[in-house]
Amino acid sequence: MSEIAFTIRDTLGSGTILALSGLGLLVNERVGVINLGAEGMMLVGAVAGYAIGLETGNPWLAFAAGAAAAAALAAVFGWLTIWLNANQYATGLAVTLFGTGLSTFVGVSYVGRPHELARNFAVPGLSDLPFVGLAFFQQHPLVYGTILLVPALWFLFWRTRTGLVLRSIGESPDAAHALGYPVRRIRFAAVAGGGVLCGLAGTFMSVQYTGGWTQEMVGGRGWIALALTVFATWRPARLLFGAYLFGGVTVVQLALQPRVQVPGEFMNMLPYVSTIAVLVLISRNPAWIRLNMPASLGKPFFPSQ
Amino acid sequence: MVKRSMLIVALGALVASGVPASAAEAGKPLKAAWIYVGPRGDAGWSYAHDLGRQAVEKKFGDKVKTQFVESVPEGADAERVVRDLVSQGNQIVFATSFGFGDSMEKVARDFPDVKFEHATGYKTLPNLRVYEGRFYEPAYLAGIVAGGMTKSNTLGFVASFPIPEVLRNINAYTLGAQSVNPKIKVKVVWIGAWFDPPKETEAAQALMNQGADVLLQNTDSTAVLQAAEKNGKFAFGWDSDMSAFAKKAHLGSCILNWDVYYNRAIGEALDGSWKTAMIKLGIKDGANDLIKLSPAIPKDVVAKMQAARKHLVENPGAVFRGPIFDQAGKEVLAAGKTGDEKFKGEMGFLVKGVEGSIPK
Repeated sequence: MSEIAFTIRDTLGSGTILALSGLGLLVNERVGVINLGAEGMMLVGAVAGYAIGLETGNPWLAFAAGAAAAAALAAVFGWLTIWLNANQYATGLAVTLFGTGLSTFVGVSYVGRPHELARNFAVPGLSDLPFVGLAFFQQHPLVYGTILLVPALWFLFWRTRTGLVLRSIGESPDAAHALGYPVRRIRFAAVAGGGVLCGLAGTFMSVQYTGGWTQEMVGGRGWIALALTVFATWRPARLLFGAYLFGGVTVVQLALQPRVQVPGEFMNMLPYVSTIAVLVLISRNPAWIRLNMPASLGKPFFPSQ
Repeated sequence: MVKRSMLIVALGALVASGVPASAAEAGKPLKAAWIYVGPRGDAGWSYAHDLGRQAVEKKFGDKVKTQFVESVPEGADAERVVRDLVSQGNQIVFATSFGFGDSMEKVARDFPDVKFEHATGYKTLPNLRVYEGRFYEPAYLAGIVAGGMTKSNTLGFVASFPIPEVLRNINAYTLGAQSVNPKIKVKVVWIGAWFDPPKETEAAQALMNQGADVLLQNTDSTAVLQAAEKNGKFAFGWDSDMSAFAKKAHLGSCILNWDVYYNRAIGEALDGSWKTAMIKLGIKDGANDLIKLSPAIPKDVVAKMQAARKHLVENPGAVFRGPIFDQAGKEVLAAGKTGDEKFKGEMGFLVKGVEGSIPK
C-alpha cells in the first residue's frame, strides 16, 4: 500500500518538471510564438538556480535566479523573433544549443557539489493522513504551485478580457494590431513568462529533484514538454494530465523492472510511447486540433503602418 | 561539453598536424592522452580516471605531457576523437569505457607505432592492451556490509548496461550479501545509461519504494547515494570516495585507484618494456578497495568484511566460488570450483536471489 503512495508521490515530482515547462511553452504558443529553446532554457535555469542556491544557501533565491536566467535567455529569443522577425524555429534551436553550451561552461565547478537545498512542505492537517498524506501532501511547494497554475491559466485565457486579447493575438496578430493592441510587447511578455516557467522547471530538477547539477541533466525533457503542448491541443489541463502520465509511466516502469521478465530497454521506451498514444487518442479529432492550434503559430508578424 | 571538448581536439589537431606521430626523441616528453565517457566532474568513474591521470603528471613531471577529452559518446564519435589525439602526436592513448573498444581497435590497426590502452575491454592487439580493476571485489565486500545492515533482507542495485562487467558486480554484491545472510534478495533496475542523474534518482527511488534499504549502483554519479540519504536508507559510494555526499546514508565507498595502473603503464612506455596484455588489478594491488566505512556498521559485520577482504588479498579475484546457481536455479558453477577469468569474462547470467531480468 505504501509503495503505491510512494509511486504517486514520485509521479507528481517527475511530472512537475514536464508540466511547468510545458505550461510555459503553452503560454508562448497561445500568442503565436513557438520556442524550441525549452531544453536550453531549462538547463540555464538549472545551473543558475543551483549555483545561486549553493552560494547563498537559500533555496528560494535559487528558484528566483533560475527563473531570471531562463527569462533572460527567453528575452533574447523574443527580441530576435518578435522585433527582428528571425525565424522562430531556427532561433529556438539556437537557444537550445547555446543554453546547453553555456550551462555546461558555467556549471563546470558546480558538478557533483553536495548541498542541502531540497525542501518539502507538509500541508498542515493533511500530511498526517494515512496513504493520502504520503502520496499528495508532503511535496515541494512548486508541485502544488504547478497544479494551481492550471486553473489559473484556464481562467486567464478563457474567462478574462486579457485572455481574449492573448488568444486573439495568437489567432490573428494583424486584427489585434488593427484594434490597437501592442502585439509585439504582449508577445514578448508571454515569451519571457514562458522562460520563467522553464527556468523554474530546470531549477526544480537541479535543486530539488536530483539534488545536484550535472551537465546536460535535463536529458531531453524540454523536447517532451514541447511535444506535450501539441498533443494536449494547447489546453492546460490536458497538458498537466500528459505530464503526469509521462512521469507516472517512468516511475512505474522502473518499479516493475525487478518484478516482470521484460527487457529494461523496452520498459525505458514505455513513457514515450504511452504518452504519445494516449494524448493522440484523446486529441484525435483533426478538426479539434486545427480549431485549437493558434493560427499564427510560428509565423512572423509585421505590423502594417 | 561534448561538442566543445571535441572542437578543441579538432582545433588542436589542425595546429599539431605538422608533428610526426613518433616524436619519441630523447628529451621530449612522452605524450599521453585519456578519453572519458562522462564529465570528469561526475565525482565517479571519469573523475577516478582523471585522478589517475593527475597522479601520472605528478609522478613523472616533465617526462610526460598529458591531455584528456571528456564526455565522449561511445560509438562513432569516439573513433574520431582517438584519431585526432593520435594525429596530435600522442604516443599512448587510454580509453576508459567499455564502449570505446571497437573505435580503439580500428585506430590501433592504423597506427602500429602508437600504444593503445582500453579499460574494461577484452580485445587485444600487439599495440592494444586491455586493463581493468577487479571491481567485483569491493562490490562483494559491499554486499557483506549490506547483508549485515539490511532490515528488510532486500537490497537494491541501479544498473547501467547488461555487459559482463556490470553483471559481475551485481552478482558479487548479491553473493557477498548472501554469504552473511542467505535470505537476501537483490532487486535490479536498468536505466540504460552510465550517467543520467535524474534517471538514477528515479531508479533508486523505485527500489526504495519496494523495500530495498541498502543500495549499490553501477552508474557514475552520486545521485543514488543522495536519494538514499533523502529517504533515510543506506547506500555506497561507487568509483570514488563519495562520503562527503551523504552523511548518514554512506556505508562505504567502492573506490578505484587508477594511479596504480597508470603509473605502471606510463613507466613501461617510458622504459620500453610496454607490451600487450590483459591486465587485471584488484585489492591486493591497491587498485581498488572498500573504504571509509561508516561507524554505523556493527563490529561483527566489519569483522566478516575484513576476513573476506583478507581472503581476496590472498586469492585475488576469488569471489565466485561454487556452487553458484543462476536465477532459474540452474547450477552454473559446481561446488568446490572457483570461477576462472573465462567464467568471469563471459558472465551472462544473474545469480539466484536477484530479482529483475537481463535486457536482451
